[in-house]
Amino acid sequence: MKKIEAIIKPFKLDEVKDALNSMGIQGMTVTEVKGFGRQKGHVELYRGAEYDIAFIPKVKMEIVVSDDMTEKVVSKILEKAKTGKIGDGKIFVSSLEEIIRIRTGEKGETAI
Amino acid sequence: MVLLCFLLTAGVMFAEEQAQTVPPATAVTQVAAPAAVPAPLKIDTGDTAWMIVATALVMLMSIPGLALFYGGLAKRKDALNTMAMTFVTFCIASLLWVIYGYTFTFGTDIGGIIGGAEKLMLGGVGPNSISDLAKTIPEYIFIMYQLTFAAITVALASGAYIERMKFSAWVLFSILWMTVVYLPVAHWVWGGGFLAKLGALDFAGGTVVHVNAGIAALVGALVLGKRREKALLPGNLTLVVTGSGLLWFGWFGFNAGSALAANGLAGAAFINTNTAAAVAAIAWMVVEWMHSGKPTVLGLASGAVGGLVAITPAAGFVNITGAIIIGIAAGVIPFFAVAKLKPMLGYDDTLDAFGIHGIGGTIGAVLTGVFADPSINEAGKGLLYGNPGQLWTQLIAVGATILYSGIMTFVIFMIIKAVVGIRVEPEDEVMGLDDSQHGEKAYNL
Repeated sequence: MKKIEAIIKPFKLDEVKDALNSMGIQGMTVTEVKGFGRQKGHVELYRGAEYDIAFIPKVKMEIVVSDDMTEKVVSKILEKAKTGKIGDGKIFVSSLEEIIRIRTGEKGETAI
Repeated sequence: MVLLCFLLTAGVMFAEEQAQTVPPATAVTQVAAPAAVPAPLKIDTGDTAWMIVATALVMLMSIPGLALFYGGLAKRKDALNTMAMTFVTFCIASLLWVIYGYTFTFGTDIGGIIGGAEKLMLGGVGPNSISDLAKTIPEYIFIMYQLTFAAITVALASGAYIERMKFSAWVLFSILWMTVVYLPVAHWVWGGGFLAKLGALDFAGGTVVHVNAGIAALVGALVLGKRREKALLPGNLTLVVTGSGLLWFGWFGFNAGSALAANGLAGAAFINTNTAAAVAAIAWMVVEWMHSGKPTVLGLASGAVGGLVAITPAAGFVNITGAIIIGIAAGVIPFFAVAKLKPMLGYDDTLDAFGIHGIGGTIGAVLTGVFADPSINEAGKGLLYGNPGQLWTQLIAVGATILYSGIMTFVIFMIIKAVVGIRVEPEDEVMGLDDSQHGEKAYNL
């Protein structure tokens, strides 16, 4: 079991969600987040004054999948979330020790 | 507030004094032939005081009334842009009105279509000028009063366009639509144009303001297409309640002020306005409660606005029974237009500017032809008082407005599309129009 965390541009969320849904994933958790990468934010002007925008708004998707689905889901996110411009985001994949469905107490892959 | 009460009381008392001598002014047309020896026009201080207040009240309907009502209904990320649309439109309309809007609406009639250009830049108007259409107040105040109507009419349409329209496109729309659509239609009905000559009754703007803006809303929504996120997710409903209260309050200036005098007719319009708004809010609540299971606060506010819209053309013509029936119709029919018709036809009228203003305005304009009671206002006699022809005239006025506004709005949108484009990029729409259009956020939480 793997946990895939994808940090993407907010306007790509719908497209990625629809594509993953049609692949048959079981669910996802989405959070509005802020952060920076190698660009370290940017400078903006407001009422004539300059100020730094250190953190850029992004969306973080968390998706839990079985091992054999991992590669397919990752490549689908790569395909759909890419604009080719700076700030497209990142994907993190990590191993997951346990999953428990609260309602039934099911554990492991059946609980995905 | 104390001052306001004083002014209102003073105005009413003044009106009573002169009730015998001065016939009630009507906002419809000058039906009566001019007297052989025109009486010298004289400014009445009571009327003037009331009309200054009424003008300020109608301004309050735009900013902040409509801005809050629409802004609160918009998504959190689009609230500021939505408010900015009303704000900028009020500014644009204010400028265009004094340059050419007033004269093209209220200048000497040219073929029933448009007013003459003799008062460009308010030429010839001075502190002592009096318009033939408002014989007891300074012309400056009449001009200012009518300006506030032009501004809010344009702003009303924005409710159908928000959350996806480019701000530059909206600025261009405000200029073009006010010039090409509002000015002629206002002239037709109020400036002595062909609908006035036909005897169409429109006390405070059922066709000129609400049908006109409502159709523009529908056509614009169709041309713009659906939003990416179609759900109505009000960013702040308490602002919506505040805004609808300010609209209601300001509407007393809109309708009672359309008597253009502090007199009994203003009183009739005042009480009809309040009654219809209250009844429509209750009617919407009851229908929604039965139909959808819960009485929403947005429903109460929408019902009240629907009632205010529908009573607008009728306010100075109907008696209290007429006002109550119009109120019921304005609570029930727009509800079904919004809840059933819109999903069925599939247009994305974001805040139901068509469902409430287009449909509500049509209901009011048509029912004015039914309930106009000559004992309230001798200028209007409806179907129930033995004048079925009036209903037909009302239908012609509504039909002409729908046709003209519909076609011209489409043409204007095509022009804007060619010049600056009408829709924001998908990325800007998802980011929110506050940030993408203005580089700001309504809330920094």
